[in-house]
Amino acid sequence: MRKDGVVAVLFLAPSLIGFAIFYLIPFAMGFLYSFQDSTVDGSFVGLDNYKALHASSSFRKAAANTFLFTGVSVPLIIALSLLFAHLLSQKLFIRNWLQTAFVMPLVVPVASIVMMWQILFDWNGTLNVWLQSLHIERIDWMKSNWATGVLVIVYIWKNIGYNIILFLAGLQSIPRDYYETADIEGASKFHKWIHITLVYLTPTMFFVTLMSIINSFKVFRETYLIAGDYPHDSIYMLQHYMNNMFLSLDIQKLTAAATLMVGCILILVSLLLAVERRFRNFMD
Amino acid sequence: MALFRKLALTIVMGVVATAMLFPIIVTITNSLMTEAEINYNYSLIGKMVNTAAGEKERFINLKLIPDWVSFGQYAEVFIHKPVFLHMFWNSVYLVVPIIIGQVLVASLAAYAFAKLRFWGRDKLFVVYLMTMLMPFQVTLVPNYIIADKLGLMNTNSAIILPGIFSAFGVFMLRQFMLHIPYSYIEAAKMDGAGHLRIFYQIIVPLIQPGIAALVVLLFVDNWNMVEQPLIFLEDSFKQPLSLYLSRINEGAFGVAFAASAVYMAPMVLLFLYAESYFIEGIQLSGIKG
Repeated sequence: MRKDGVVAVLFLAPSLIGFAIFYLIPFAMGFLYSFQDSTVDGSFVGLDNYKALHASSSFRKAAANTFLFTGVSVPLIIALSLLFAHLLSQKLFIRNWLQTAFVMPLVVPVASIVMMWQILFDWNGTLNVWLQSLHIERIDWMKSNWATGVLVIVYIWKNIGYNIILFLAGLQSIPRDYYETADIEGASKFHKWIHITLVYLTPTMFFVTLMSIINSFKVFRETYLIAGDYPHDSIYMLQHYMNNMFLSLDIQKLTAAATLMVGCILILVSLLLAVERRFRNFMD
Repeated sequence: MALFRKLALTIVMGVVATAMLFPIIVTITNSLMTEAEINYNYSLIGKMVNTAAGEKERFINLKLIPDWVSFGQYAEVFIHKPVFLHMFWNSVYLVVPIIIGQVLVASLAAYAFAKLRFWGRDKLFVVYLMTMLMPFQVTLVPNYIIADKLGLMNTNSAIILPGIFSAFGVFMLRQFMLHIPYSYIEAAKMDGAGHLRIFYQIIVPLIQPGIAALVVLLFVDNWNMVEQPLIFLEDSFKQPLSLYLSRINEGAFGVAFAASAVYMAPMVLLFLYAESYFIEGIQLSGIKG
């Protein structure tokens, strides 16, 4: 493991220096700040910042909203993208066109489309016009608990193409003869789907879950551009909280919140990895 | 029967696909309306609808087909709003250096991670991966302090440099390099080639599809940036289009459709041109090495 060491350092150096300056060091600094009372000559205050955070109702709200959003939208997008990937892998007319349509939202900049969301979901917007014509009471989409639902839709619209591409690749990599063998043995469609398709998609599923979680944090862009610094309570996310703490220069709470968020992400990823490892042992 | 099933399935998927494209189609068709028509449709004098309570109220009128096709909104954007073009170029000046820088730096690092053996390699790679998962806000304060110390505040470099060194390119190009057999490298070593030569004469040509995919993905992601310029570029004259667009959207819709269409055009065209690379890039990043 050591023979290429010197060459490796040369190849890695540009990346590692920049990575350290702009990612590793800031990350470590943030962690240290979260235990101090000031960023300049601060003294160690233990868990005080975390206690303050715990006492803050806006932090609790933001954390709960973020968990709720990720908890709802990630399983939903995985189920939907699996369904559409499955349908797209069937014999269809204009299949490549359909696939292009699903992937297209991925490349459309958020800012280009924000206006569309406003037109659709405004109190006087298009969706409410449609509801009216169906004689259904209109809904204040962005200023009620429906706002979470709107964000879930926007998130799925934007990211489903990415997952579909991954699932399509996963589906294609399952050897045909598995299904043929199962056919000979007289397995039902459902049985084949559970015991062949789903099992062999698990590695893909792992990666899709990971990317979906990462992308669920990025939905902040949409929320911010649609609703600004202080959106309706139900879509006030951890990122809003951190941004606002930054603007009000409450660095201690911000770094503590960031550290907690990193902790949660690490736990989540380790859990996923552990599940994946157990599953791989089980497959071998 | 099989044909009927195929047709039915195509129609169902076609409906969903149309819904996916709906916002994009609306933006483009509306960008071709006259400003008067836009104002009529969206300034709440458009459509009168009876509310449940019985009184008449004004609603937004979403229209797909323009009464007259007009390039007036585009003319307005390009001729009467010089600030638009200025910010369009701001976006370009942020994104292009990030793409070039990240491809250079990341391809070198990816070679080390994929093809060289050294102590702590896999652990270091996990560290790279972990930072990819973190939202921007997590390192916000320290990044701000570092940018301040390096004198980067309110300069493009405060956004470009972190963009160049983000772990994504290393991750993706490594995936591509893992598929290159070791025997190629062994053979080149036999012929007396050094690693740098192997890198640019063997590896780089072989991973060109990977580089193309990375360029597309980086372009998409960075063209879209919102948080970084919001924090690091106080001077609104330096900000990219993403922020400017969200401001002209407020209230008046007027030229916003044309501006939005121009803003999404490079992405959409690049995607249609390089779709296969884009898809290959995503698929290969999902296959574990």
